[in-house]
Amino acid sequence: MPTPRPVLQVQHLIKQFGDFTAVNDISFDLRPGEILGLLGPNGAGKTTTIQMLLGVVKPTSGSIQMFGRDLETDREAILRQVNFSSTYVSLPQALTVEENLWVMARLYGLPQIQLRIDAIVKQLEMEEFRHKVTRKLSSGQSARLGLAKAFLTEPKILFLDEPTASLDPDIAQKIRSFLKEERRVSGLSVLYSSHNMHEMEEMTDRIIFLQRGKIVAEGTAQEIVARFGQADLEEVFVKLAREE
Amino acid sequence: MMEIFYWPFLDLVIWGFITVYLMKFQGQIPGAVTFFLGALILWDVLFRAQQGVTISFLEELWARNLMNLFASPLKPSEFLAATMVMSAFKVAAVSVVMVVCAGLFYSYNIFVIGLWLIPFVLNLVMTGWIIGVLTTALIMRFGQEAEVLAWSMVFLFQPISCVFYPIEVLPGWLQAIAWMNPATHVFEGMRAVLNATVSPVAHLAWATALNVVCLSLVVALFHWMFEFCRERGLLVRIGE
Repeated sequence: MPTPRPVLQVQHLIKQFGDFTAVNDISFDLRPGEILGLLGPNGAGKTTTIQMLLGVVKPTSGSIQMFGRDLETDREAILRQVNFSSTYVSLPQALTVEENLWVMARLYGLPQIQLRIDAIVKQLEMEEFRHKVTRKLSSGQSARLGLAKAFLTEPKILFLDEPTASLDPDIAQKIRSFLKEERRVSGLSVLYSSHNMHEMEEMTDRIIFLQRGKIVAEGTAQEIVARFGQADLEEVFVKLAREE
Repeated sequence: MMEIFYWPFLDLVIWGFITVYLMKFQGQIPGAVTFFLGALILWDVLFRAQQGVTISFLEELWARNLMNLFASPLKPSEFLAATMVMSAFKVAAVSVVMVVCAGLFYSYNIFVIGLWLIPFVLNLVMTGWIIGVLTTALIMRFGQEAEVLAWSMVFLFQPISCVFYPIEVLPGWLQAIAWMNPATHVFEGMRAVLNATVSPVAHLAWATALNVVCLSLVVALFHWMFEFCRERGLLVRIGE
C-alpha cells in the first residue's frame, strides 16, 4: 500500500534572529492521522518551529507546505484547516467561555456555530463553566478552553504545546482519550510538544528530538530509546539535555 | 466606558467653563468664542477615532490574544478593518454624549454648522484612523514600551491641526507643514462655514484627498511592519 501524502512537509527550515540560530536546517513531515512528538529541552527551537508552522514567524529560509500548498503564499486557506493550543496564549479575559468560542468560530467561518460549541463543551466537560467569565477560570479550566478553541474548528492539523500541563491527571487522561478518538474518527494529524515523557510515549507515533535548533534523533519512542541505549525516553531526554 | 463617558465629559466641562468665561469678552474676540466648544467636540471625534483603532489592538495584546488572531485565517487588512469598525462605534457613542451634554449644560448646538458637518466629521474620523493605524504599527514594532504612544501620538498632531486657532497664528514654515495635515483643512473649513467668509469646498476636497493618500500609506506601512515583525519574531514576543 502506498504511503499517504504528508499533510505537512517541512524542508530545510532555518530561523535566525540576528547571529542566533533558533532553528537550524530541519526537515520532517507529518502524515495524515499521525501524532508526531516534538521533544527537546528549553531553547531547543520547538516553540519557534511551531510559530513558523502557524505563520506568525517568518522562516529565514526553507519551506513549509501543508496539504500540498505553500504556507507563505496560501496562508489564509491553510490556516483555516489548522489550529493550535498553547499554555503561553490566552483568550480575552472579559468574555465568557462561550463568547470566546463564538468569536473564534466566526473568525474561522464555521457554520452552525451553536451546535459545534455545544458539542465541544460537552466533549471536554465544560458545561459547568461555559458561562463563566474567562478571567475567573482556574488554570485547568483555562487549559480546557484553549483546547476547546483548538478543536472547535475541526482542524486537519493541530499543534499542541504542552496541552495537559496544567490539568489534573483525571482530566489529562480524558483529554488524551479525546485526542486519540478525534484522530481515529476524523484522521486528525497532530504535532505534539510536551515535557511529560510518559505522555509522549503513550500518545505519539513518532518523535523528533530537537537540540540547539537541530534534529538530533527521529523515530518511534522505542527506536529512540534503543538508539541511545537508555531505559526510557525520560533518560534519553536527560542525557541529551545535559550534553547542551 | 471610561473612554466613552468619563473623559469626553470632563473635557467638555473644562472647556465649557473656559468658553463661558471667554464669552464675557465676546466683543473683543468676535465670533471665535463659540467655536471652542464645537472644536472640542470635533477634536474628540478625531481623538476617539484614533483611540478606537489603537486601543482595540492593545486590548488584544493585553489579553495575550494576538497569536490566536494572527495564527487564524484573519488577514492583517481584516484586522485593521475590524478596529476601524470598533472605532466608528466608539466615535458615535462619544459624539452623542458630547453633543447632548454641550446642549444641556451650555446651550451649544453643534448642528449650526449644517450639513457640512457630515463630510467634515467623516474626514476627521479618517484622520483619526490614520494616526491610529500609524500608532498601532509602531506599538507592534516596538512592543509594550511604546504603549504610551496610544495616548500621546495624537497630541503631536494637535498643534498643527489648528483646532482652537486659525492657521495664520502659526509661523510660516509650520503653516506649510500644517497644510499637509487633513485635520487642518477640516478645522479651517469649518471656521469658513461658521464665519461665512470663503467656501469650504476647497478645504473639504483637500482634506478628503489627503486622507485617502495618507490612509493608503499608513495601511501599507502596517502591512510592511506586520511582515517585518513576522521576520523578527516580534509578533509573538509583544504579546507575551
